Amino acid sequence: MASVDLIGIGKRFGAAEVLRDVTLRVADGEFLAILGPSGCGKSTLLRILAGLEGADRGEVRLGDERVEHLPPKARNLAMVFQSYALYPYMTVRQNIALPLEMRRLSALQRLPLLGGLLPGTALRRRAIAEDVAAAAEPLQLTHLLERRPAQLSGGQRQRVALARAMVRHPAAFLMDEPLSNLDARLRTEARAEIMALRQRLGATILYVTHDQAEAMAMADRVAVMQGGRVLQLAPPQELYDEPTSLEVARFVGSPPMNAIPARIGAEGHVEAAGCILPWRSSVAPGTQVTLGIRAEALAPAAQGFPVRVERVERLGAEALMHCALSRSGEALVARLDAAQVGAHPPGTSLLLMPGRAVLFDAQGDRLPMTLRHGAAITSSEPAYG
Amino acid sequence: MADRLGPLLRHALLLLGAAVMLAPFVLMLSLSLKPPAEIFAPEFRLLPVQWAAVENYTAAFTKVPLARFLLNGFIVTFCIFAAQAVTALPMAYALAKLRWHGRDTAFLLVLAALLVPPQVPAIPLYIALWQLDLLNTYAAVILPSTISVFGIFLMRQFFRTVPDDLIAAARMDGLGEFAIVWRIMLPTAAPALAAFGCLSFIWNWNEFFWPYIAVQSEQLMTPPLGIAFFSDTEAGTSWGPLMAAATVTTAPLVLAFLLAQRAFVRGVTMTGIK
Repeated sequence: MASVDLIGIGKRFGAAEVLRDVTLRVADGEFLAILGPSGCGKSTLLRILAGLEGADRGEVRLGDERVEHLPPKARNLAMVFQSYALYPYMTVRQNIALPLEMRRLSALQRLPLLGGLLPGTALRRRAIAEDVAAAAEPLQLTHLLERRPAQLSGGQRQRVALARAMVRHPAAFLMDEPLSNLDARLRTEARAEIMALRQRLGATILYVTHDQAEAMAMADRVAVMQGGRVLQLAPPQELYDEPTSLEVARFVGSPPMNAIPARIGAEGHVEAAGCILPWRSSVAPGTQVTLGIRAEALAPAAQGFPVRVERVERLGAEALMHCALSRSGEALVARLDAAQVGAHPPGTSLLLMPGRAVLFDAQGDRLPMTLRHGAAITSSEPAYG
Repeated sequence: MADRLGPLLRHALLLLGAAVMLAPFVLMLSLSLKPPAEIFAPEFRLLPVQWAAVENYTAAFTKVPLARFLLNGFIVTFCIFAAQAVTALPMAYALAKLRWHGRDTAFLLVLAALLVPPQVPAIPLYIALWQLDLLNTYAAVILPSTISVFGIFLMRQFFRTVPDDLIAAARMDGLGEFAIVWRIMLPTAAPALAAFGCLSFIWNWNEFFWPYIAVQSEQLMTPPLGIAFFSDTEAGTSWGPLMAAATVTTAPLVLAFLLAQRAFVRGVTMTGIK
């Protein structure tokens, strides 16, 4: 295992700039998820690290070694693909053994008949067979070794791809959306398998995904990418609680963070939807800003944003209440206990009070905001009629 | 009624087409069984009154070295196909899956080469072989056909359907580019290669023009040349043995096609993997 460093990586395909000065440092044994929508450059970044693609600028380091000039096979990295990329006409055993054969046998020793007659081949083949068995066993593939990929289910193929990646003990694992072809239940199982694999091998893992729940659940740190840039690199909880930009805030978490237009009042307090909120900002009064509020930070209260309930989505223990701000019609989602929503059927109006929030400027960058001591939520204008 | 007429009409048309296609072969087979007197009889019968099959087929194998021609045919077609596969597979891989400057131009040139009739380069090829002192050898028949532009084109089209991830995985697993061609691309392309093998066999087995130029020795003649030999002999054309020889010569083609039919259809329709 080794640390992985990508420093100042830039890449363009013709006129399109796919990666702009991306820097990621992954510690030895760390699980780093690269999260972003499709087309954000995350897969290209992984392919550059693997050596399948060349970068226009920047450094790639494995441990202390610079590897930009090395072909994929010299980098000792293993990759798991979204499509699994198993060799269709080889058995599971042959699929897992191939990377070992390529490394441990000479070109002559690999020849079908002649190779077996050369000194040392039999011994090495036996060692390879043992390693294949050792890789197959923890992934419950032992009874499937003689099958071909076409005879396997999606989950089994995914496990074969994992076994093929881990069998040669690479310096790091690169995983490119390895779970997106699985259904929801299998995905949970496969997640557990990857976590177990990680624990067993202490592996450095770079994991590319567009699924924020997957990234949050597994990774030590998550790099959120968009438009070829890393927007934020932080542990999952920090990413969720303290997004540095509106883009990250909206991308991480489900449902996405509520974003409502707000402005800074005369004394620096934050006003939104006709309410003066218990926060203060040092930004110039009169500035238009955006207030980000997580769905679970909203609760019915005596004071707060006047909203009308549009529809309720029950999720079992909890429910999502989709509302519209009474004044502007802006959408707002609140996450409430299942027991609580019964009191607010669609069509009714209520006041929603934000417990905590984050502030962004007009460009979507995070602004500092402090709690006003002893402040309570009040209406910014005289009560109606 | 009308919706039954449609399929009926279609099948009638197809049957008519099939009959037109098959008629010469039926005639060939029929004539190969008849004595000379019946061949030129005014009324046509499918089967002879007096069978001369044994005489005709014996004559075909004894008056000329037909067995030798067949063997030559097999040697030549096998060598040509092997060489075509060895050259077409890496070229098709490079055209389909590698990124390099001038690739599209190269592919365009390959397509353009499909348009060149084989008669055009015949004279330069002949001179080249003469200078190499290779005329009147197997090499003279084989060498000009070793690179099949059609083969490159066909395999390239097939290789494009192979997912890129598969090649990326192979590179990560430590395979070099040639290893990828032989160990990854070739097995997935087996149906397409079988289809190409079929076509290559048929073309080169039937090829008359080039072997006629390149080879004089009877020992090296391929079946079509050998058949032409019958009408060249001074005794005049003996139709019975000629048709017998033609039947024997056609048989391997029919046999090969029947054997490879499934692979052929699969390869031509390009539904190889997934």
